[in-house]
Amino acid sequence: MKVQYYPGCSLHGTAKEYDQSVKAVSRALGIELKEVEDWSCCGATSAHATNFRLSVALPARNLAAAEKSDLKDVMVPCAACFNRFKSAQHHLGHDAALKTDIEKILGRKVEGTVSVRNPIDIFCKDIGLDTLEGKVTRKLTGLKPVSYYGCLLLRPPEVCQFDDYENPVLLDKLLGAMGADVRPWSYKTDCCGGSLTISRTDIVIKMVDKLVSMAREAGANCIVTACPVCMANVDMRASENVRLPVFYFTELVALAMGLQGPASWFKLHNVDPTPLVSGLGLL
Amino acid sequence: MSKVLVKSFGCWPLTEDSETNGEDMKTFLDEVNERINGVPIQRCYHCRKCTAGCPLASVMEYNPNKIIKMIQLGMRDKVLGSSTIWLCASCETCITRCPNEVDIARMMDALREMAIVSGVGAREKNVLHFHEAFLANIRSNGRINETMMTVNYKLKSGDLFSDAAMGLSMFMKGKLALISPKTKDIQSVRGIFDKTKNA
Repeated sequence: MKVQYYPGCSLHGTAKEYDQSVKAVSRALGIELKEVEDWSCCGATSAHATNFRLSVALPARNLAAAEKSDLKDVMVPCAACFNRFKSAQHHLGHDAALKTDIEKILGRKVEGTVSVRNPIDIFCKDIGLDTLEGKVTRKLTGLKPVSYYGCLLLRPPEVCQFDDYENPVLLDKLLGAMGADVRPWSYKTDCCGGSLTISRTDIVIKMVDKLVSMAREAGANCIVTACPVCMANVDMRASENVRLPVFYFTELVALAMGLQGPASWFKLHNVDPTPLVSGLGLL
Repeated sequence: MSKVLVKSFGCWPLTEDSETNGEDMKTFLDEVNERINGVPIQRCYHCRKCTAGCPLASVMEYNPNKIIKMIQLGMRDKVLGSSTIWLCASCETCITRCPNEVDIARMMDALREMAIVSGVGAREKNVLHFHEAFLANIRSNGRINETMMTVNYKLKSGDLFSDAAMGLSMFMKGKLALISPKTKDIQSVRGIFDKTKNA
């Protein structure tokens, strides 16, 4: 299959291992990625926290660019970008006056004809868990992850339309298909405080420590995410006495499929996951 | 008319609304509802589910439910001047769980925007400094360069040294680049900023 690809800003910077692992796994699954032409930032939290019209217009510029292509699916790996794209589509679809206003600002139409999709959704639904399982060459035996979805993939549910918003399961199933012993826990959708990580670090450390402590209590030896904000926050802000390795789910899929890359991606993490992965004989 | 009433009888809590809104009689509640453009917040029956699920409620000056009550009472200055609206992390748990579908997350966005537009500013100054640095970076490059955005934030906030060791470590790993790809048609991005600029 062929889809459009919107990496977003962080996948070119602090989340480059997410970008590289999404691309490696997609290639291995026969998904061809075509980058959205001359894309710009989605505006993230800073736009919607300060200026509503800006927060719709910035993603709308990218949606309009994506709509020019024949490819109707846009893969958006970053949970924050995904949320802003889905929100913009929701507002434009429900408020005709706003749509007219935004189209005038952009000087082009935004019809809502593209489907904004997270790679978890594409891998699980279009490729399928059976196919994914069939590609596994090295089962992730001994790895005990908790799936950490955070906020932006799921809420609000009528906008994101992604997975169960209180107890999502797609990522658990995907990691299970890779041979991991996914631990059940109650903090899958709790907020890590990402948007305050630089401006109110004091508060965020407490939020992250609670998440990681609860992951430990659930018997996990690592945390798995699909969000660059959660990754940066949980990987870097957890206190030394509780911290656990954090992975992008695509890094683990690549590891299970025996693809090139994981060793170099793991070096980019703050909490080095190499001892855990090597200790289990997976690297 | 309320202005007259207030002046003659010192009638509180009409004071804040009537003095700030003048002739058109639009209350603070009306203004907030207009910006939310969805379920009116009078629909709230104060079950406090929003507050029970809010991950930041414990550090907020007024919890989300109190903010709703205060809007209903017309306490404009206290609401817009509160730390609460800047500590909301936009996790959207409140709107997801509200039995009356009151969009509290968008309400917080609306209140922040009103605080900026009306000149009240941000009680949590560094939160707004971060947003300003972030948006300035998009305006200039079309895309975020995390290094330059963070430097700009540090200059604005005066918080120069926190995270320096972490920043250096990330830089050494090649995660923080000084130069990164920009949007080619930058004029189209700047046009968006100019045309959506609040008066």
